Amino acid sequence: MSMIVTTDLSRTYNPDTIPVHALRGVTLTIGSGEFTAIVGPSGSGKTTLLNLIGGLDTPSGGRVLVGGTDMSRLSGNALIDFRKNHIGFVFQSYNLIPVLTAYENAEFVMLLQGRPEKERRERVRALLAAVGLEAHMDRRPSQLSGGQQQRVAVARALAPRPDFILADEPTANLDSHSAENLLDMMARLNGEEGTTFLFSTHDQRVIDRARRVITLVDGEVAEDVRR
Amino acid sequence: MNRSLVLAWRNIWRNKRRTLISAASVAFAVLFSVSVSSLQKGGWDRMLDNVVRFYFGYAQVHAAGYSEEQTIDRSMAMDADRMREWEGALGGRQVVPRLESFALASTGPATVGVLLSGIDPEREDAFTGLAARVVKGAYLQPDEQGLLVSAGIATDLGVGVGDTVILLSQGYQSATADGKYAVTGIVSFGSPDLNKLMVFLPLAEAQYFFGAEGRATSFVLDLEGQDEVPGALAAMRGLLDPEVHEVLGWEELIPDLVQARAFDEAGSVIVLIILYLIIAFGLFGTVLMMTKEREYEFGVLIAIGMRRGQLTGILWAEVLFLSLMGALAGMAMALPVVAWFQVNPIVFTGEMADVYEKFGVEPVMPTVVDARIFLVQGATIFLLAAAMAVYPWLRIRSLSPVTAMRH
Ligand SMILES: Nc1ncnc2c1ncn2[C@@H]1O[C@H](COP(=O)(O)OP(=O)(O)O)[C@@H](O)[C@H]1O
Ligand SMILES: [Mg+2]
Repeated sequence: MSMIVTTDLSRTYNPDTIPVHALRGVTLTIGSGEFTAIVGPSGSGKTTLLNLIGGLDTPSGGRVLVGGTDMSRLSGNALIDFRKNHIGFVFQSYNLIPVLTAYENAEFVMLLQGRPEKERRERVRALLAAVGLEAHMDRRPSQLSGGQQQRVAVARALAPRPDFILADEPTANLDSHSAENLLDMMARLNGEEGTTFLFSTHDQRVIDRARRVITLVDGEVAEDVRR
Repeated sequence: MNRSLVLAWRNIWRNKRRTLISAASVAFAVLFSVSVSSLQKGGWDRMLDNVVRFYFGYAQVHAAGYSEEQTIDRSMAMDADRMREWEGALGGRQVVPRLESFALASTGPATVGVLLSGIDPEREDAFTGLAARVVKGAYLQPDEQGLLVSAGIATDLGVGVGDTVILLSQGYQSATADGKYAVTGIVSFGSPDLNKLMVFLPLAEAQYFFGAEGRATSFVLDLEGQDEVPGALAAMRGLLDPEVHEVLGWEELIPDLVQARAFDEAGSVIVLIILYLIIAFGLFGTVLMMTKEREYEFGVLIAIGMRRGQLTGILWAEVLFLSLMGALAGMAMALPVVAWFQVNPIVFTGEMADVYEKFGVEPVMPTVVDARIFLVQGATIFLLAAAMAVYPWLRIRSLSPVTAMRH
C-alpha cells in the first residue's frame, strides 16, 4: 500500500529574482513499512523534498498525497493537526524543548493530541526503554548527549503512532558510533512497530542500513535502488 | 492544557537575570504608583473629611439661591416642628441650624473680619464636637449670653476670656447690626484657616444681633457618611419645593475642593502613565528577545503539531507570569509602606503647608490602604502584559517553520 505519492513535484526558490530549482519533477511512491534513505550531495534537494512531503513547505508544481490526502488542500490549523496526527518529525538537531525532561519531550505530541494520561505514560515509558533511555527520563536535553537527544526525538516522533516518520539527516551532528546506534535503533523500531521511515543522509554507514535508497542529483531522482 | 502553563513558567526562568530585572522594573512601578496614589487619596480623603465633617456636613438645606449669594437676606424662617419633620424624613438624623454672615470684630485699636455663626450649641456640638475644642473659658449655653472666639482671632484682637468685643455687620433687610459681647470661651481648630475666621454666638443671640428673628441661613444634615448622601438628598428634595429651598450634597457645597482634587489626581495620572510607558518599553524589549531568540524552537513546535494559537498562548502566559510576579512583589512592598504612613502621617512644613492651610486643612498627609488602588495597579499591569503579547502573536502568526529552522 502506498503511503506517500509525489507526482512531478517541483520547488523553485526565489522565482522572481534568482530562481533556484531545488526540485525538478520528482515522482516517487513510498510504501507502508518502508525504511528508505534519500541520499545525494549537499544541495541536491533532500531537505526540500522532505519539507514538501511533511507539509512544511508548498510545492511550486506537482503534488504530494499522504495516505490519499492532497497536502496542498490543507492549510492553517488543519495542516498543523494533520502533521500532529499522521507524521513524525526528527530534525538534524535541537529537536527538543530545553525546559522539558526527556520523558516530557517524548510525551509532547501525545499531549497535544489530548491522549489520556495512562496511555501516554505506558507508551512513553515503553519507547524510552526501547531507545535505552529509561534511566535518563528525568534529564533535560542539556544533560543528554547528542545521540541521546536524537533518540528522545525518535521516541517523541514514534509515540503517537504516526503513519510515517520523516528524519532529515538525523545523524548529521553525531559521531559515527552514535549514528550507527541511532540507525540500528530506528531499523529495529521500524521492524517492531511497522512504522514507515523516510530519512535523508549522506553518511555511507547510514545508507548501508537502508532497505531502499533514492539518490537525488540536482533536484532529480538519479537512482532508486531496493535491497 | 496545564502543561502549557508549566512550560511557560519554566521558560521564563531560562534567562533568570533578565526575568528578575524585568519583574523588578514592574515591581518598582507598582510600588511607586500604589504609594503615590495612596498618599494622594489619603490626603484628599482627609482634607475633604475635615472640611465636611467639621464644618459643611455631607448635605445642607438653604433657601433657594443662598449658595449663589450668601447673605443674611437669603435666610429662611425656621421652626422646631419643621425641623422635626425633616429629621423624621432623614430617619432620625439631626438637622443642625445656623445663621451665618460676615462681620467685623473690633476692640477699638484692632479690627478683624470674621465669620459670625449663630449656632444651636447642643446640636452643633453633637455634629462637630465644638465643645471639645474650647481651650479656655466655657462652651456656649443655649439660653445664655456668650461669645466663642477662635484662637487666631483672639490673638489678633489681643483678647482673652472676659474681655469685650464689638461686632458690626449688616443685618436682615439692610438693618445695621451691632453689639457688644464678653468673650466667654476660646476655641482652637486643627485648621489654621478656621482658627482665623470663626466667631460663635448662641442662635437666639445671633438672630437678635442680625435682626433676623426665627431665621437661619443653613441647615446641616448630620449624616453618618457619604453613603447616606443620595438617600438624604432624595428624601429632602421630595419634601421641599425647589422654588423655595435648595438641597445640596457635599460635592456641591465645596465644588472648588472637589475640582481641585480631580485636577490634582489627573496630574498624577499623567505622571503614572509616563512611568508605565517607560516600564512598557523595557518589558517590550524583554518580550522581543523572548520571541526572537526562540524562533528555531517555535519552528520545531509548529512542525510537530502545535497550533500557532497554543504557542501564542504560552508566550502570553510567560509575559503575564513575569509582569504579575513583578506586580505582586510591588504590592507586597507597597503594603507596609502605605500602612506605615497611614499610622504615621507625613507632616508638611513650608510652602506645602501653606497650600494646605489655604484650604483650611491641617498640613498632615496620611496615606490610605485601599484595595481599589491595588486592584487598579494590578489591572493596569495585566492590560500592559496583554498588549505586549501582540508582538509574539504577530510573529508566530507569520512564522514559517522551514525559515525558522534554517539557522
Ligand atoms: N529558502 C531557500 N531559498 C533559496 N534557496 C534555497 C532555500 N532552501 C534551499 N535552497 C537551495 O535549494 C537547493 C536544495 O537545497 P536543500 O533541499 O537544502 O538540499 P540538501 O538538503 O540536499 O542539502 C540548494 O541549492 C539550496 O541552496
Ligand atoms: Mg539538507
